[in-house]
Parts: sequence; C-alpha cells; structure tokens
Amino acid sequence: MKTLSRTWTLTRLRLRLAVRNRAFFFFSLVMPLIFLFGAAIFLRRGPERTQWIPYVLGAVLTTTVMGSFWGLSVQLVTFREQGILRRFRLAPVGAGPILASSILSNYFMSLPVVAFEFLVCRWAFHMHTWGNLWLVFLLVTVGSATFSALGLIVASVTNTMQETQMINNLLWMAFLFLTGATVPLAIFPIWLQRIALFIPGQYLATGLESATTNMAGPAEVIEDVIALTLGLLVAFEVSRHLFRWEPDAKAPRSAKLWVLAALVPFLLFGVWENIAGNRLHRVDRNFETLSGSTIPEQATGAR
Amino acid sequence: MGESIIRVADLCKSYGPVQALRGVTFDVHEGEVFGLLGPNGAGKTTTVEILEGLRTPDRGTAEVCSLNPESAGEGLKEVIGAVLQSTSLPAKLRVREALELFANFYPRRADVTQLLRRFQLEEKAHAFYSELSGGQKQRLALALSLVNDPKVVFLDEPTAGLDPQVRREIYDIIQELRRDKKTVLLTTHYIEEAERLCDRVAIVDHGRVMALGTPRELKQKSAGTTRLEIRLARAAANGTLAHLDGVSDCREFDGAYVLYSSRPPQTIVALVKQLEGENNELQSLEMFSPSLEDVFIELTGRRLRE
Repeated sequence: MKTLSRTWTLTRLRLRLAVRNRAFFFFSLVMPLIFLFGAAIFLRRGPERTQWIPYVLGAVLTTTVMGSFWGLSVQLVTFREQGILRRFRLAPVGAGPILASSILSNYFMSLPVVAFEFLVCRWAFHMHTWGNLWLVFLLVTVGSATFSALGLIVASVTNTMQETQMINNLLWMAFLFLTGATVPLAIFPIWLQRIALFIPGQYLATGLESATTNMAGPAEVIEDVIALTLGLLVAFEVSRHLFRWEPDAKAPRSAKLWVLAALVPFLLFGVWENIAGNRLHRVDRNFETLSGSTIPEQATGAR
Repeated sequence: MGESIIRVADLCKSYGPVQALRGVTFDVHEGEVFGLLGPNGAGKTTTVEILEGLRTPDRGTAEVCSLNPESAGEGLKEVIGAVLQSTSLPAKLRVREALELFANFYPRRADVTQLLRRFQLEEKAHAFYSELSGGQKQRLALALSLVNDPKVVFLDEPTAGLDPQVRREIYDIIQELRRDKKTVLLTTHYIEEAERLCDRVAIVDHGRVMALGTPRELKQKSAGTTRLEIRLARAAANGTLAHLDGVSDCREFDGAYVLYSSRPPQTIVALVKQLEGENNELQSLEMFSPSLEDVFIELTGRRLRE
C-alpha cells in the first residue's frame, strides 16, 4: 500500500514537471503533428484521403507512443547526474516507485496527445472511421509502458548524457525507419522486413495500424499486445535491477548482458514470426489501405 | 548528555586504491551537536554517507538509533534527516511542492507551512527551485531534512560555499535544532563553525579520528601556548626561530612563520633582537589565543585548508 501511495505521489510530481517543460510539448505533441501534416502534403495526390488517413494515424500514434522511450532515458540520466536521485534515496522510496512513476506519468501525458491526434484526423482530414478504439487504447497503454521501460534500460546502462544520446539516436533511427512508423515496412526488401520482425517498435506499429484501419480483430492484435507486455515486464525488472542512484556509480560490465535479456521476448517473437508467423502479410494488408494494391514486387515475391 | 544514539567502530572504506576511512571510531550522544572537523578528503562525507545508508563500509560497524544503516532500509530513513553535500532538486519544482512531496513519503510529518516560516521561505513558497539563491536552496535543503521530524539530522558541510550572512543564518538554525533536542552530526572544515556550534568535535584527517572532545577540551591540549604568526622581509635563518625564548614549536606556512610560545612578550623581544642581528625586518605580527586550528596543526602538521 505504501509503495502504491509513493508511486502515485511521484507520478503527480512527474506530471507537474512535464507540463512545465516546453521541450516535452514540442517532442510529444508538435513533432507527431508535423509528421501528420507532412504526410498529408506528401500524399495529397494519392488515393482518397479518407482511405489513407487511418493508416497514417496508426503511424503517427506509433511515433507518439515510442517517444516515451527518448524522453524518459534522458530525464533519468539528468536526474542522476544532477544528484536529484540521491536526494530521493534519503527518503523511504525505492527504485520501483521511481521507475513506475516515470512510466505512469508518461502514459498519462500521452493520452491527451493521442486523443488530439485522433480528433485532428477526424475533423481536419475527415477520417471516415474511428478504427477499433478499444484496441488502440490497449496498444497505446501497453506500448507507452514498454517503450518507457526500454528508455529506463538505456538510462541504466549508460554512464553519461553523451552516451545516452548516442544510444538513443541509434535506437530511435531503427524505431522510426525500420518498424513502419514513418516509412511503410511493406515497401522494404524482404530481408529488411525479416530483420524488422526483431524490433520492438514493429509490434506497436503493426498493431496500431491494424487497429486504426480497423483491419484486425482482437485475436490478431493480441499477439502484438503479448509481445509488448512481455517486453515491458522484462525491461522493467531489468531496469529496476540496474538502477543507480549515485552520479558517480558506473554501470557494471554485466549490464550490457542484462540489456540482451530485456530483448529476449522480441528475439523469440522475431524468430517465431520469421519461421511461422503471418505478420508480414498483415503489414502488406495494412499498407494496401494506403496505396491500393501497389506493393513492390520485390517485397512480396520472396515471401 | 543522553545515551549514544550513533555508534561508529573501526569503520574502514576504500575507493579503489584510495583508503578513505582507516578505522574511524566515535559515539554521538542523544541531543548533542557533534562535529566532524577536517580538510577535504579527510573521510567526513564517507563516514556520514555510511551512517545514512548511502554507502557500505568495507569493515567496522555503524549504528544509528540502534539500527544498522546497511540493512535497516525504510526504518532508518524514517528517523533520520539529512543535508547532502552535493544534491539538487528538479529545476521546475516549486518550494512548497518539494516540501509536500517529501513529507508525503513519511508516516510522521512536520507541518509544511511551519517549516516554510521557520526557514524564511514563505515568500518563495511558489518559486521554482531554479529561481532560488544558493542560501535559499540550502535553507530548503535544511527544511527538507526536517519534514519527517527526525531524531537524528546529518548535515554534510551545510555552509560550504555560502556567504557569511547566510552562514550565520544557518548557524541560527542549527542552534534551534539543539534547542529542539535533535541530535545533529555536522561535518565542516570551518573552525569557527565547529567551535561555535558543536558540543563535541572529532578532528579527522586521512580517514582517522586524530582527537575527540569538547572544543574546550581540545583547546586545552594547546593550553598555555599562544600562536604568533609573523611575516619577515627575508626568510629566517634555518632553525633560529625555533630557539627563541618561550617558543615550543615553529612551522612555516605560505611564507609566514607560526610560533607557539608559552611566554609571548619574551618571545617577541627575542624575535626583534634576532632580526636586528640578521639585518632582517618584521613585516607583520599577529597573536592568537589557542583555537581548534592550532590543535589541528599540532596533530597533523598542516593547516585545515591545505
């Protein structure tokens, strides 16, 4: 009970700090909207707008939700470097509530942004469907928590802000461009698509695109939810294990191995999808709502 | 004086090849203000952080309120308050919010409004942490250390880097803590602070307790000797000053000579004669009655700030 109460106290603190942070608004609200409007300009001569908007919305929501990863890792390292965490260490608060509160506050902050993006698509771009709202809600919830937890792992294994930014940039590029969040996965060569099956963001992107285009039922999306949930549980536990309070505490060498442990669920799902899964067919099907039936031959031929 | 509320015995701690603590031993009685006086790197902060449960000793035992800091966890945190030497709060956190936040973590809480008043932070209650001056930040840190109405308060160099005015304000706060019967463990490298605030002082250097007692007891070790600090136009001939009338010890620091004399007038007369004979000139002469600084110099052969 004490732990829950302390987690909630810290969550309220994080929410207050987030709304006072201009950078947060820029990266979590303005950036995805820029992408949305950019896509609108790029695709204005394509198929009917009402047809592609749900697909693009799925991608925009994915970018919004994955953004949790970036913000949290930077914030946690800043707190550690500035000695803020060691002040909390003097209070009866463990690593669990501190980590859980960052995940929760990030989630709560993402909900109005997700709602706003839906409303912009519905009213400004005349989106014809709400998609499957329950599935969207479920994926946003699990996805936000999973990517926050992955961000916490980055913070746990890096010693300086420079290192954190470097790893963040690498991962962020992979999350943005190899998952279908910005460039549709269906247009990539098949070998690249197969690699993408190991990337956590791919499960969120496919799930959200299926949910917003109303192309999938719960049974299909549940696989995405399970992959993300397993990823969340392992990532949270690993980051709790590796949590460091002190600015001068260095990450142990074994920390890198623990990161691999956090990725095990996605490695297993990736192997299974490559051998027996139908995820890449779902990727194609979702993409067809954007482009009609123009999936590049190179991509479909080898499947 | 009450019973021992903090017990430290043979505490050792190393950071790689550096031995920060080499068998530190002392007790702090309930209700007293106890000082750890020593230069930077003496091991004061390591000792305090072990007692706060932030670091683990390599050897030895530590006890606070009959609890082992290493294993007591929340039990310890609920009965102690602390001002860390280097710490911070989120820039966009308001003063009142910070106090309410930390108060929320404890079952036993002090009144936040009263704390704001007591630490003269009422006007800044809605200011962001980043908008506070150094002195205000330190007052907030002190207020935060009392949000749980602790039995023991650890103050690690609470006045370091502050201007004299703010330092005096902090002294008043520590005097108030004494009146409230709180046990305070204070680390400092300011002689004045230790003499003025502490009931007992442990002089620490190179990870060892060199001497322990009330400031009066410690100064009695230098009783009967007066410190004369002199500056000369040219360096004195080797060993000549140490043999002046009444001089028991002579050391050179930063181009000045420090003489310890049991008969200052005779020493001064002898000094003037000596300098005339050497065709040297006395540029300045200052006399000091014994202080903790002298005790420190006697024990370590160094000044506290070196």
